[in-house]
Amino acid sequence: MYKKETTDFKVVECVQLNAIYSLLKLSPAGGSPLPPVAPGQFVQVKVPGCEDVFLRRPISINFVDTDSNSLWLLVRRAGKATEVLCDIAAGEIVNLILPLGNGFSMPAGKDASILLVGGGVGVAPLLYFGKILKDNGYSPKFLLGARSERDLLELNLFEQYGPVFTSTEDGSHGEKGLVTQHSVLATGIEHIYCCGPAPMMKAVASVAKAIGAECEVSLENMMACGVGACLCCVEKTVKGNVCVCTEGPVFNINKLTW
Amino acid sequence: MVDLSVNIGSLHLKNPVLTASGTFGYGKEFADFIDLSRLGGYIIKGTTLEPREGNPYPRMAETPSGMLNAVGLQNKGVDYFIEHIYPQIRDYDSELIVNVSGAKIEDYEEVCRRLAPLDGINAIEVNISCPNVKQGGMAFGTTCSGAAQVTKAVRQAWPKTLIVKLSPNVTDITEIAKAVESEGADAVSLINTMLGMAIDVEKRRPYLSTITGGLSGPAVRPVAVRMVWQTVKAVKIPVIGLGGIMNGRDAMEFILAGATAVQIGTANFVDPQTTVMVVDYLEDYCTRHGFKSINELRGLI
Repeated sequence: MYKKETTDFKVVECVQLNAIYSLLKLSPAGGSPLPPVAPGQFVQVKVPGCEDVFLRRPISINFVDTDSNSLWLLVRRAGKATEVLCDIAAGEIVNLILPLGNGFSMPAGKDASILLVGGGVGVAPLLYFGKILKDNGYSPKFLLGARSERDLLELNLFEQYGPVFTSTEDGSHGEKGLVTQHSVLATGIEHIYCCGPAPMMKAVASVAKAIGAECEVSLENMMACGVGACLCCVEKTVKGNVCVCTEGPVFNINKLTW
Repeated sequence: MVDLSVNIGSLHLKNPVLTASGTFGYGKEFADFIDLSRLGGYIIKGTTLEPREGNPYPRMAETPSGMLNAVGLQNKGVDYFIEHIYPQIRDYDSELIVNVSGAKIEDYEEVCRRLAPLDGINAIEVNISCPNVKQGGMAFGTTCSGAAQVTKAVRQAWPKTLIVKLSPNVTDITEIAKAVESEGADAVSLINTMLGMAIDVEKRRPYLSTITGGLSGPAVRPVAVRMVWQTVKAVKIPVIGLGGIMNGRDAMEFILAGATAVQIGTANFVDPQTTVMVVDYLEDYCTRHGFKSINELRGLI
C-alpha cells in the first residue's frame, strides 16, 4: 500500500504541447521529496481559482522525475477545469492528493514481449511505466495511436525506453488506421498494457484475447473522491461493482465484463 | 481550555463533528489523511440486511457548487460488515455510528438486532431518506406515518442511541421530525440529499443512469440551515445538522441555528482533512469569542 497524502505542489513549468495538450511539471511546494509512486497511479488535482469546478480532477501520473523532484501531468483541454490547468502559469500552487489507485503489474518474465498501447491523452501513464520496465531489465515496445500526427505526444520521450510504433487515422504518421490494425500486434506479443478512450481499450482487449496476450487496461471513470469513499466511479466486474479509484484504475481484462 | 463535548441521547461525543454516511467509507479510507481519534464520531456507509450492488454507472454528476449522486446504497450487507470490517475499525478512538437502511421495515429491525450486541457501536443512524433506491429509503421518510412506523419498529430492536436521518424532499420537515420523536428517536439528523436532476444537452440524455439523484454540497446549505433551525424549534430531541458544510464557519452556522452536532459530507471528497479543520475552527472560535463550551453557542439564533 502506498501512503496517500495531500500536498501543495508548485508549477515548475507548463509546456503547451499544442492547442489541445499541456504538460505540467510540478514539484512539492515545501521542497519535500516526492512520495513513492507506482506507474499507472493517478493524482486528484484541486483546480485553483476556478469557482465553477467543485470537485477535484483525477489525472494520470505521466512521469516521475526523481532528479528534479518533479511529477508530470499530461492534460487535455476537455472542459473548464482542464482549460485552467492547461493555461496555468509557472509558480502557481496546486493541491494534489497522491498517489492514488493500484498501478500496472509487472510482467512475469524479463524476456517477455511487452507492448504498451496508448491513445490520445491515454499515453500519459505509459511513459513512466515504460521507464520503470526498462530500468528493471524489461524491453517494452510502444504503440501510440491518434487521429493525426499532431495528437501524438511525447514520441521522443517514449523512444528513450523502447521502439515506438504509431497509428494515425489519417495516415499522417506511422501506419494508417487504428492501433488494433497495427502490424506490431502480429509479432508474438505476450503482454499488452493499454490506456486510452474506452472504445479503443475494448477493441485492444479483444485483440489481446484473440492473440492470447495478457492484457491490462487503465480506466478513467468519472470520480468524486478518488479514495474509495463515495462509490461513484464503479466499474462492473466479475466480482460486481468495484471502485475504479481503489481497485483500479488498472484492471486485468479478465476481471471486467467487456 | 474549551469544552467541545456534546451529548446525543446517551451518546457522549468529545466534539460535535461527525462524518456523513456515504462520504467517509468506513473511516479507514481517510486514515492516511487525518487522525480519526480527533473526530466526535464517524457515521459509516448505509448498511443493509442483504448485499446491494447499487445503481449502474454513471452515478455522479458535478453541478454548480455541488454534485448529484445516485449510488443506491451499494454495500456488502450487515453480516459482511460485522465479520470483515467491524474488526478493522472497532478500535478507533472515536464513536462508530452505523447508518442502517432497508427496503422493508423488517430489514431495518433485523440489521439493528445483528448490530446491537457489538461493543463500541453505541448509536445507529436510520436512513429513511435515501432518494436513490426504489423501495424503502425515502419512501418511508416522506410521510409521517411511514417515518413513525420505521422508528417504532427500530426502537424495539435497538436499545442504544437512535438517530433518524430525515429527507428534505417533504413539504414540512418539522412534522416528520415530530413523528419520529414521538416514537422514541433520540435525535434526528438532517438533511439527506435533495432530489435533483441534470441533463447533458449535447448528448440529449440525463447525466445519471437513474435520471434523478441526490444533490449535495454547498448548493444545498442554506436550505439545510433553514430546515435545522425550523426543526430545532419543533422538537425537544437533539438535531444533528448537515448539508454542504465545507469548513468550520459553515459548521458554526448550523450550531447557531440550533444543531447539537454536525456532519461533514461531500466536503470529504474535496478535502479529506475538512473534518479536523472544522474541529480546530470550533475550538478557535470559542476562544476568540470567549465561550467556554460549544453548548453555549447552540441555537443562539
